[in-house]
Amino acid sequence: MVAEGLQEGFGLLFGLDPDVWSAVRVSLMVSSISTAVAAALAFPVALGVGLWSFPGRGVVESLLNTMMALPTVVVGLVVYGLISRSGPLGEFGILYTPTAMVVGQAVLAFPLMAALGVASLRQVDRRVRETTLAMGGGEFRAAVEVAWEGRVALLSALVAGFGRVFAEVGVSMMLGGSIRGYTRNIPTGIAFETGRGEFARGVALGVVLLTVALAVNLALQIWRPRRES
Amino acid sequence: MGLCNGRLRAIFQAGSVSVFVNLLFLALISAGCQGSEAPEAGQPRTLRIASTTSVENTGLLALLVEPFSKQYGVTIQVLAVGSGQALKLAANGDVDMVITHDPDAERAFIEQGHGLFAVEVMYNDFVLVGPAEDPAGVRGAPSAAEALARVASRESQFISRGDRSGTHLKELSLWKANGVSPGGAWYVEAGQGQRLTLEMADQKGAYVLVDRATYEVAKKKLKIVLMYENKTELHNPYSAMVVSSEKHPEANVPDGMAFIGWLLSSSGRKTIGEFRADGAVLFTPVGR
Repeated sequence: MVAEGLQEGFGLLFGLDPDVWSAVRVSLMVSSISTAVAAALAFPVALGVGLWSFPGRGVVESLLNTMMALPTVVVGLVVYGLISRSGPLGEFGILYTPTAMVVGQAVLAFPLMAALGVASLRQVDRRVRETTLAMGGGEFRAAVEVAWEGRVALLSALVAGFGRVFAEVGVSMMLGGSIRGYTRNIPTGIAFETGRGEFARGVALGVVLLTVALAVNLALQIWRPRRES
Repeated sequence: MGLCNGRLRAIFQAGSVSVFVNLLFLALISAGCQGSEAPEAGQPRTLRIASTTSVENTGLLALLVEPFSKQYGVTIQVLAVGSGQALKLAANGDVDMVITHDPDAERAFIEQGHGLFAVEVMYNDFVLVGPAEDPAGVRGAPSAAEALARVASRESQFISRGDRSGTHLKELSLWKANGVSPGGAWYVEAGQGQRLTLEMADQKGAYVLVDRATYEVAKKKLKIVLMYENKTELHNPYSAMVVSSEKHPEANVPDGMAFIGWLLSSSGRKTIGEFRADGAVLFTPVGR
């Protein structure tokens, strides 16, 4: 079954199967936007928590670390409750759209990227911040310097966040609904094929998922700045 | 839309009219509503359907949706979920119509005012499937309830959906009929869709209740075999319902009505009746 799936996977990917390409497109679009949104929120938080001491910092860190373990279906359920027609944000009608998937995936990636961001910024030499401050740069300037210094590690946090959302099923299923050609991405496509007993096709889509993830990671690898020695 | 709703409710609550008269009226009225209430041309319309998994997973729904979608210029989005979840989504106003196979839950849905009426569009039946050695001696049982009672008394392994789907509720009603409250190590609640529950039963060599369509599609990959069938006793009607625009003003009621009308039209019924998996009939349209 696995061998059959591997073979079929490459067949699907390069045979231009429209359903597969649509799933690849949905996966890439939704997951890259949600990762970008999560990064825009998580990295400033990471800088704040990583650089400044303030009362309750330990609590915030523990909270972020705990939320890293949030099950995807729980995120899906909570966001569903908010954006369902009968929920408080129902009037926008975004349930079962790619937008809803982006929201859910961003919520999912945020704590992971913030916690990894804190850890990576801690690795940055403390003198970077102290020097900037001593040279008359403000706190903002210092934060930018630290972030730049820790950019390689932050990129790893970005990649980890992307990996988390790119492979998850729970949020995409609950908020996207796995609608063919519209919100069905690769993971919910695998769930769909498995659910109807097409196991080989499920494995094949798994191969497609890994191939696309590999391509994304290779692209980031090339783009990644070399660490100065 | 209010007017259309009112007229429809009056007709369908009359109750005395036969199914066929109902269907005729529905077709006429849905066509009428469609004509008078159609939104401005050029505006993209979407009809969102929550459907029981068997109809989507067998591939039938895609066949039904495509020609309608082309003819009416409506984008149809299908969510394949269990009947219980489908009705819940509709009650929350998150879909425009449902296709389910759980008459009791459908009745409750209508009574609560979430939908206007349920129209039976097709049917098949449930079958009891199990290991060929038949350790519980189910073969030749006089009724499905008795067959299940034998499984319970021998404590042979039985896999239940356990998810309040149409199949699960049918199974529960059969247990209730023979006064058994199933439980214990032999009674496994899978919490999976129909096909995966069937797969689990196959892997474990257990008994399972399954709808005919899912069984026929999977049959050639299975080791477990047909144990008991009775088309009347295990009748499995599939109904379509459009949500009420009074409760859910955002709902796309006109296109939902039109789709039901299309399902009941001669071409819709022909598509349903001619749908085959390995030569086996999966669904029968109403009126045959």
